[in-house]
Amino acid sequence: MLAPPTASAAESPTVALFVTCLVDLFRPSVGFAAAKLLEQSGCRVEVPSAQACCGQPGYNSGDRRSAQAIAKGVIAAFEGYDYVVAPSGSCGGMIAKHYPELFADDPAWRPRAEALAAKTHELLAFLVDVRGMTAIESRLEAVCTYHDSCSSLREMKVQAQPRRLLQSVEGLALRELDTPEVCCGFGGAFCVKYPDISNAMVADKTADITATGADTVLAGDLGCLMNIAGKLSREGSAIRAWHVAEVLAGVEAPPIAQTGALEPAR
Amino acid sequence: MTALSPARFKEQAAAALKDAPLQRALGNMRVGFIEKRRKAAEKLPEFEDLRDQGVAIKNHTLAHLDLYLEAWEKKVVEGGGHVHWARDAEEARQIVLGICRSAEARTVTKGKSMIGEEMHLNPFLEANGIEPVETDLGEYIIQLRHETPSHIIAPAIHVNKEQVADAFREHHTGLPPDRPLDEGPDLLAEARTQLRDRFIAADVGITGANFLVAETGSSIIVTNEGNGDLTQTLPRVHIVLASLEKVVPTLEDATTLMRLLARSATGQEMSVYTTVSTGPRRDGDPDGPEEYHVVLLDNGRSALYGTEFQEVFRCIRCGACLNHCPVYGAIGGHAYGTVYPGPIGKVLSPALMGIDKAGALPNASSFCGRCEEVCPMRIPLPKLMRHWREAEFSGKHNPAPVRWGLGLWAWAVRRPALYRFGARFAIAGMAFLGRKRGHLRSLPLAGGWTAHRNLPAPQGGVFHDLWRKQRKRR
Repeated sequence: MLAPPTASAAESPTVALFVTCLVDLFRPSVGFAAAKLLEQSGCRVEVPSAQACCGQPGYNSGDRRSAQAIAKGVIAAFEGYDYVVAPSGSCGGMIAKHYPELFADDPAWRPRAEALAAKTHELLAFLVDVRGMTAIESRLEAVCTYHDSCSSLREMKVQAQPRRLLQSVEGLALRELDTPEVCCGFGGAFCVKYPDISNAMVADKTADITATGADTVLAGDLGCLMNIAGKLSREGSAIRAWHVAEVLAGVEAPPIAQTGALEPAR
Repeated sequence: MTALSPARFKEQAAAALKDAPLQRALGNMRVGFIEKRRKAAEKLPEFEDLRDQGVAIKNHTLAHLDLYLEAWEKKVVEGGGHVHWARDAEEARQIVLGICRSAEARTVTKGKSMIGEEMHLNPFLEANGIEPVETDLGEYIIQLRHETPSHIIAPAIHVNKEQVADAFREHHTGLPPDRPLDEGPDLLAEARTQLRDRFIAADVGITGANFLVAETGSSIIVTNEGNGDLTQTLPRVHIVLASLEKVVPTLEDATTLMRLLARSATGQEMSVYTTVSTGPRRDGDPDGPEEYHVVLLDNGRSALYGTEFQEVFRCIRCGACLNHCPVYGAIGGHAYGTVYPGPIGKVLSPALMGIDKAGALPNASSFCGRCEEVCPMRIPLPKLMRHWREAEFSGKHNPAPVRWGLGLWAWAVRRPALYRFGARFAIAGMAFLGRKRGHLRSLPLAGGWTAHRNLPAPQGGVFHDLWRKQRKRR
């Protein structure tokens, strides 16, 4: 699948960071964490400014033409780099799996979409599978559980990679969920179009998280995290939520939906 | 009771979420089916290869559907059976009524049939003075409760044991009112006794078909109760209700698919009963019906051939997509308001009733993809739901505010600099409001979110601005 990188690229490839709209607007600390990890893995990081969103909201709402227009902008802005990396399986999956489908009938854009798709990766999969990262120097006193986002798990085949890196975080213990393969109920516009159903799903998820006894929940997609952390916060739970990249790069911001201390609540 | 409809999906779903007995029943279901399927798939090393084989069989058959249907029909007729082609539910109902009338039928027994549900056959027969008796235990229970199936293989999955006992006490009059009905075996024994006389009295037996076999002209059903056998062998007339896509070329193809069906559905290696019917009783046969009819329902299916939706015809109705769907698990089957609930229903229902009527269904998915992952026939259900959303959008069936909102969003996103200019203000405002707690408990226009969860406050600042600043300092 992956085009062999050029000699210089193999040593120090240039990665274009696809920040994702949620990280851009809600949690820049995830973007900085991702950039730090990419640099630690030996990459040069650039952030093309001609990016806002991957187009998935339009694509999943049936507005194919808008999604195509947005995708063309992303392709043009990102195709010149060695790799494209997103701190999200969802946005990464949109580019890597759905852009080629979006242009299946377009002889001019299909090859460009396919070329971009082939070098686009979810962050954790990129660090471990492409850059060969096996451990990280980081520290967090926490009993963590990990939520696999559906798109990371099923579209981008991310499952072992974050767990592998988390094992090397000092002070961190990992406890698995009872049903890690079940959706948290975010689903983009789904959670506001069908709030009651989404709520039932996220309530099941927070119950599973709470039952592990973990004081921290991590995930690789900010959409899921905002949903889960927002629900935990509404329930009055002290369980902390971070993007996995933040923990691997060294936590510098309060947990999602919380303020203040970085230490676990006892 | 107001009739269930996909147009009222949201209200029906909200009611289902508050229905305590339903939630109890769904809780029991969610664990059982998933675990059983997982174990069955793990025990068979070639399960994934088998899925590929199944897909290949169905794709091949669909590519030559006319050929196989005609070959199958020829075999049925050669064996003394009758094939009736029905364009829609009304035609199919009239055909069944005609057969029942000429058999002077007063009661008909029915094995489980989703095509029968598609035809709304039971109320129609009742209105015409013919009493239908469901013989599948689940179907029997919901018939007593005046309900429709809530699951394609477990029609009464929404009913708890105590509710079954209540229904039996109400309808099985003449039995001691204080008889014990607390345990499954009590209920089973009573249903069996009640049904025995009905099997013998029936003039016509109606079953569905899991497969139609072109090679032999047979229809095949799989059951776990044996009710299908009694339904189709005891009465004088046997009617099979099927749809176009049930045909497969050979018996061997059918057995390949059956290996997938039972494992995906209930985690069994094989269903308890597999019944092959090939025409009416022949000279010298000890039993079997005198007449054998197959009613083949189209009902909008042929319009989907050659379209991007054709893949849905690989479906073998195992129900795995329902069992693994978090939306189905939350609300059960009735809330969908359609014959087929769950992910397969979200793809099939708009085809059967029109996207303008069933538009809510393909939208009610988080696209988690678990349905596609477990579908033995690898039907890309999320992709097909997305195609329906596209059909809805291009047909302008969704509400105008949604369309304008999307249009505005897409316009802004294509202008990143302008988009960021606007976003800075919105984000600064939200960050200010959420600065003390780290979240917002409510926000105008975000009620869908904040009704049930807090909105995490933005950290403040837009990543792109902060990044440029940081890079300049380096």
